[in-house]
Amino acid sequence: MSNRTVNINVHHVTRIEGHGNIVLNATNGKIEKLQWQVPEAPRFFEAMVRGRSYEDIQIIVSRICGICSISHSLAATKAVENATGIQVSEQTDKIRLLMHYSEQLQSHVLHVGYLVAPDLFGMPSVVPLVAAAPGPVKTIIGLHRLANEWSALLAGRITHPVTLRPGGMTKIPTETQLRELQDRLRQCLPDLKAVADVVLSAAGNLPKFERPTEYVALKDTRTPHYAFYHGEIASTDCAGTVAVNDWKTVANEFVSDQSTSKWAKWHRASYAVGALARFNINAELLSPTAKAVAKMFGLQKGCCNPYFNSVAQIVEAVHVVDTSIELIEELLTRGLKQEAIAVSPKAGKASAAVEAPRGILFHEYEFDRKGNCMSADLCIPTTQNHANIQKDMEKLVPEILDEPQDKIRLKLEMLVRAYDPCVSCSTHMLDVKFVR
Amino acid sequence: MAKPKIAIFDFACCEGCQLQIVNLEEEILSLLGVADVVEWREAMSEKSDEYDIALIEGSITRMEDEEKLKVIRGKAKVLIALGACAVTGGVNKLKNNFDDFEEVKKCVYGKAAGKPHLRTAVTKAVGEVVQVDYAVPGCPIDRNEFTYIVRSLLMGKKPEIPEYPVCVECKAKGNPCLWQYDQVCLGPIIRAGCGACCPSSGFRCFGCRGYIDNPNVEAARDVINRFGLNLDDLKTKMVLFGSKQEPTIYE
Repeated sequence: MSNRTVNINVHHVTRIEGHGNIVLNATNGKIEKLQWQVPEAPRFFEAMVRGRSYEDIQIIVSRICGICSISHSLAATKAVENATGIQVSEQTDKIRLLMHYSEQLQSHVLHVGYLVAPDLFGMPSVVPLVAAAPGPVKTIIGLHRLANEWSALLAGRITHPVTLRPGGMTKIPTETQLRELQDRLRQCLPDLKAVADVVLSAAGNLPKFERPTEYVALKDTRTPHYAFYHGEIASTDCAGTVAVNDWKTVANEFVSDQSTSKWAKWHRASYAVGALARFNINAELLSPTAKAVAKMFGLQKGCCNPYFNSVAQIVEAVHVVDTSIELIEELLTRGLKQEAIAVSPKAGKASAAVEAPRGILFHEYEFDRKGNCMSADLCIPTTQNHANIQKDMEKLVPEILDEPQDKIRLKLEMLVRAYDPCVSCSTHMLDVKFVR
Repeated sequence: MAKPKIAIFDFACCEGCQLQIVNLEEEILSLLGVADVVEWREAMSEKSDEYDIALIEGSITRMEDEEKLKVIRGKAKVLIALGACAVTGGVNKLKNNFDDFEEVKKCVYGKAAGKPHLRTAVTKAVGEVVQVDYAVPGCPIDRNEFTYIVRSLLMGKKPEIPEYPVCVECKAKGNPCLWQYDQVCLGPIIRAGCGACCPSSGFRCFGCRGYIDNPNVEAARDVINRFGLNLDDLKTKMVLFGSKQEPTIYE
């Protein structure tokens, strides 16, 4: 039994998106306060889209998040199309998927390479890492550049896409550009492997901590593949899937007295979303190279060490590159066609879900017959992870309470970082509900 | 000469403009060679209270944030507003279109509307709270424009950003005019400097860089008339990034 007295107050955890605090007060081994707090300023997005045209929704809600703007834009565009009865072609669907993959690579490289790696090598940021390991840092920068240029090719620019319109794409790449991208993706696989090797060399610094957890992610039962953009809602706690339009029966958002942000729960007191959740639900559908990388780290289906989310991100980075090489081949074999966008929106209400890099994301909208937005409801991955972060901390702290205070603090910060939180996103949506 | 110290702070925003600094890729190494980034919460654990240049992303929506911003202004020799949220208020100002904030909060938060942590004030651009020395417009910022401005400052020169509309850059690129494709494009009245990246992708300009100082209102009216649209069509699109801004062509 520990008799430690520990006081930790991390006011704004660094190297995460948005503002979050960690508070731990323990006296004589008794934990008096342990909280993951979120003080971010809400921005009222769901209120702001009211009255706006179905055409303008994506422009607005993309601004929820700079890092996962493609996921927000895709979720919004899909939900708008579902709600207003707008169909898109198979080509549009495939190009959007290819765009979505680019964001997974960009976000995962950013998170593992720039935000998590400093912890593994005992540095305060990537800046001193540049001097300590210029080679690997330059490899990471090169991969980040590739992912961004890939996004720009399909989305019109890196952040906040400008090619997505309800009903189609305003611009598509040429076959030559796609072929060049495919070559670059092939060439980047050794670089990804090199980054995986570097992380593996320090993987021993990932805390050994496990807590049985419910994981929730998209699963595509119709055309089985490792789902990011299609499919329905699946959980490691139950068989079958839940329709995307019924996402509120999954998220069950509720207000916690100790947090300004909403929490979510399904079969247990909390659940987790993100790369590890997707891995735990879809691992057998990974590309062979991605499977080999998972094996290298000893990552197996059923893993419930949250710190391994970063490892799952490396595995996914390899997978999206592999899969995109095939997807480009498919697009080129079909041949690209210029497709006009001609839509006539109907009144309606519907949802859509995509996997943002940090987990499953739900958007729901209702439109009147003129195509003006009447209401919106958005559920963000990090909102769904907040409760799980708290529950992890509650199990973790008693296990490590005898360790030096700095180490406890580092492990708690690393835990928050492992979830790759997007706090701005989650809080900008907090508590937001329309009363009709 | 000692390297100038740069600190990066954010308020209500998506942090996408900070991400554009990360997106400088290899070039960020050059920046780190000529300046010391001493605080940047999103990317670094290092912190410092001493800095020469403060980069501010995001708009100001709470009283406590106004106070925090004033403290930063007091310490920084040069303050730069980074991106639409900081420069004009950006999409966050859509909130200001609702006259009754209590009604908005109730509509959004239901029964919880009275809780203290849900307080919100009129969204302000950084320049409505403290003096801004330089602005990097756009949502997100343009990386090349950002490096140009920082480079100019480090060399002791005054950066100049375009005083002409997006149409100039769009025409120079040889893009077909999107008005001819029934898109209500704000190119005629919005500040250039983005390389007309949206119309170049077939997407109308929605005004993220804010109005030019002297927008040619008559030209915008001519365009509306020529394409058989009314002023309301234009107003609807101007609201996205141009809510409650001056100058406007509302009158």
